[in-house]
Amino acid sequence: MTVTEPATARDAAAVVEAVLADLPDHRGVVVDSPPGAGKSTLVVRAAGHLAATGEPLMIIAQTNEQVDDLIVRMAAEHPGVPLGRLSAADYSVPRRVMGKASIGTKLPDLGDPAVVVATADKWAWAGDRTWPWAIVDEAYQMRSDKLLRIAGLFDRALFVGDPGQLDPFSIVDGDRWAGLSWDPLQSAVAVLLRHNPGLPVHRLPVSWRLPASAAPVVSEAFYPYTGFRAGTLPGERRLSFAAGGMRTAYDRALEEAAVSGWALYELPNRHTVRTDAEAVQAVAVLAARLLQRAPVAHSERGEHPVTADRVAIGAAHRDQVAAIQAAGVPEGVTVDTANRLQGREYDVTIILHPLSGRRDATAFHLESGRLCVLTSRHRHACVVVARAGIPELLDAHPSAEPVRLNVPVKFPDGWEANQAVLAHLAAHRVEAAPLR
Amino acid sequence: MSTLAALARLRAVHTGAAQRLATVRHCHLSERPMVLIPLRLAGEAAAPLAAMAGTDPARPRLLVVPQPRDRDLRFAFAAELAEILLPYIEGLQKATETVERRGAEPFERCVDAPQVIVPNRSAVAFVQLLGRSTRFRRAEGEYAVHPSVPVLGRWLTFLAQRAQYPGSASLLAATEAMSLHWATGQSALEDANLASLMGWIDPPPGMTGAEAAREAEDPLVWPPAGPATDPGFDSEVLAPAIRAYAETRSDRAAARVGEAVRSQLEPTWRLMWRAVGLLGALPAGPGVAARWEGDRASFTGFAAQLAEGGPPQPKRDGAVGAASRLARMERAQASYDAQRAYDDPLVMAGHRLTGEAFTGTVLAADPDHAEGEGRGRKLRPLLTVRTSDPVRLAAGTRLGTPERRGQQAEVVEITGGHVTLKIVKGMGRGRTASPGSVPEVGERVCYAALTDEYQPPASLPAPEDTPWTHGGPPPEHVPAVEEPDEEEWA
Repeated sequence: MTVTEPATARDAAAVVEAVLADLPDHRGVVVDSPPGAGKSTLVVRAAGHLAATGEPLMIIAQTNEQVDDLIVRMAAEHPGVPLGRLSAADYSVPRRVMGKASIGTKLPDLGDPAVVVATADKWAWAGDRTWPWAIVDEAYQMRSDKLLRIAGLFDRALFVGDPGQLDPFSIVDGDRWAGLSWDPLQSAVAVLLRHNPGLPVHRLPVSWRLPASAAPVVSEAFYPYTGFRAGTLPGERRLSFAAGGMRTAYDRALEEAAVSGWALYELPNRHTVRTDAEAVQAVAVLAARLLQRAPVAHSERGEHPVTADRVAIGAAHRDQVAAIQAAGVPEGVTVDTANRLQGREYDVTIILHPLSGRRDATAFHLESGRLCVLTSRHRHACVVVARAGIPELLDAHPSAEPVRLNVPVKFPDGWEANQAVLAHLAAHRVEAAPLR
Repeated sequence: MSTLAALARLRAVHTGAAQRLATVRHCHLSERPMVLIPLRLAGEAAAPLAAMAGTDPARPRLLVVPQPRDRDLRFAFAAELAEILLPYIEGLQKATETVERRGAEPFERCVDAPQVIVPNRSAVAFVQLLGRSTRFRRAEGEYAVHPSVPVLGRWLTFLAQRAQYPGSASLLAATEAMSLHWATGQSALEDANLASLMGWIDPPPGMTGAEAAREAEDPLVWPPAGPATDPGFDSEVLAPAIRAYAETRSDRAAARVGEAVRSQLEPTWRLMWRAVGLLGALPAGPGVAARWEGDRASFTGFAAQLAEGGPPQPKRDGAVGAASRLARMERAQASYDAQRAYDDPLVMAGHRLTGEAFTGTVLAADPDHAEGEGRGRKLRPLLTVRTSDPVRLAAGTRLGTPERRGQQAEVVEITGGHVTLKIVKGMGRGRTASPGSVPEVGERVCYAALTDEYQPPASLPAPEDTPWTHGGPPPEHVPAVEEPDEEEWA
């Protein structure tokens, strides 16, 4: 425990109190939460607070996994509050949820629990009972047409989410709605605030997940006007290796990451297909070597060995994820796309840079949320694998998206955010070993 | 660009000839399509300069606006275009068929629908703008136009909106239809030039595709397919002709503008019909007819709406309208992607390369395999398939198969070239699988993580129940009788 931590914790607690105080006075309250700033804690806390008033509460999450996570946390924090979970017919109950909530496919099957949790998709089928209160979790990930389908179910709502993460998307071109305040491709929060500009917006000020080495980088690149700070001081989080290395480029990259929190493992400049075999191989070898070195994490929670389940590998595309898995990743290491890593937390992450080896920088690859998710999942260190030449690629591809009338300018700009992250990584560059 | 498309382009560069990207045609081609080539005045968003239109390659109709800045002439042009387009559309409304539906009232559907083919994507956008500028006009009061003009505007808007639906063929851009089936050795941007695209695909005798495409870059030989005209033509030929007309307003001067634009349109007219011929020579894929049914149903519905005197399409969608249109478009996109893959082994090959699909031989089959006990017993035939494809599917992924449409299987496990599947749908309801529904050992099968199964979305609120998060109910529109009929050239 350090001297400044109580102050940081006090700031964060003050925001939570302000949110709870605002709830009865407004139709909607929005809470922006940077990565790892205690969003789930806030949701659980607010749920307990609302349940204590005796009025029924609905909680809307975006994926089944998020629903299950919320139920587990609610059951632990508020054991006295009866919970219900609405689910699809083919949902198989995970062990961790068993016995913690009544589970059913229709509201009447649940009995009458104080809090009912379900995905937005499931709520859209829940019938026309209305609820005095709702909490919308991961509201920036929710597309506004989903909110339209369920907004009639509640009178007042608390919207919680991370504005820096990936925007919702569609497989079709939505240009015809660009500029409309109810553009169905916006996030739920965007449409809510455009129609109700007077609603209070709170911001959680402290990231408990990101170490002091990462919080300023992520904050400056992706949250330029609504910054946040780390909950820990420099040096408070450390990573050490119990097993010695062999001075290979892989070892040097891992050691750089252990010392500074970041490493850029840089392969030679080359245009490649999306599943760049060398980059994929490098990612897989780095993951294996990391675990061979028996890493130990030192943090405010004490000391613990970093096991495979505390390591994640992230990439932009599903075929890259599949290729990395096929390249042989140690058992238990998570490998997934940025979309699916949203909201999750690990000790160490290894990521394949979305622009690595590309010949062009499309809007998809420049989307700031993608890089933000990938670079903000770790508590200790993040190793980025990329081909050289990305800054030059960015310089050759300034954002050229058409500017549309009435579309609010979005910050941060993906191009700028990418440059900011690369500029920081340049100081932690380790050149890849030449391939045999 | 998929790996397969990149390979096809490299091959095109190497051989100098366009490469096929599809073994079948993926868009409907009407027996009597209408080709429409609109031209626009440079520097104006929606000022028509000329159009060539018709259903007979030998008899194109040329429409000209000798002074495109004159708005009366613009709407006279629209009335002339209506004379060509509306009889074509109305002729197709006469023959209908009765469609029986399970669990719903049968309905009438036109046996054919209009198909308008324009050169490129910009022409589609121009059709939309022309519809936007004409559909709110009125036949009486100030600035009255011919009664056919607002009707034309609604049909043009209908066609332009259909063009946003994936898989619709009501309004086709020739360059897009051709690029769907052939890969050239030039960039996608260059493919938007109809002349050079056709040069690659169908070069004149004695020339390679690359040479023909290079020749097509000369605007004197191959004038642009519109709607924008060649700047050299604009300043040297068109501007003096329009100026002469503006000064004299004589028929001779009008004819001079007409001859000038005819020289720009005729080469494209011939190209368009060559493109139609090449597309028509491809056999239609099985899914094409089903998608055209959607176009026909939509056409029938809109014709009925128009006959009932419904209002013109709104300028923009309301909150509920936008969400429901998005849901329909997403569904159309998903089923278009799936149908194309199931209809065409070459499209499926692209999915096999990304690991979302695989082809292999059945090594073992257990057609009587079941899960659960007693009343909960479910038939789940098991299959093991040997494949050399780079399969990248997670256990539990739902798969479909082109050999047995409607069947669904689930990945159980994948171990080094062997994929184990269980069939979960489409094998009959009995205790044993219906004959032929489970592949036999030795059979060659293909499975893909693509499905065109329709899952109805949850219902949307009525527009008058739009919730507070989306701005509340829209204000009711009360058209004022004396509303000033102001022009908006948006």
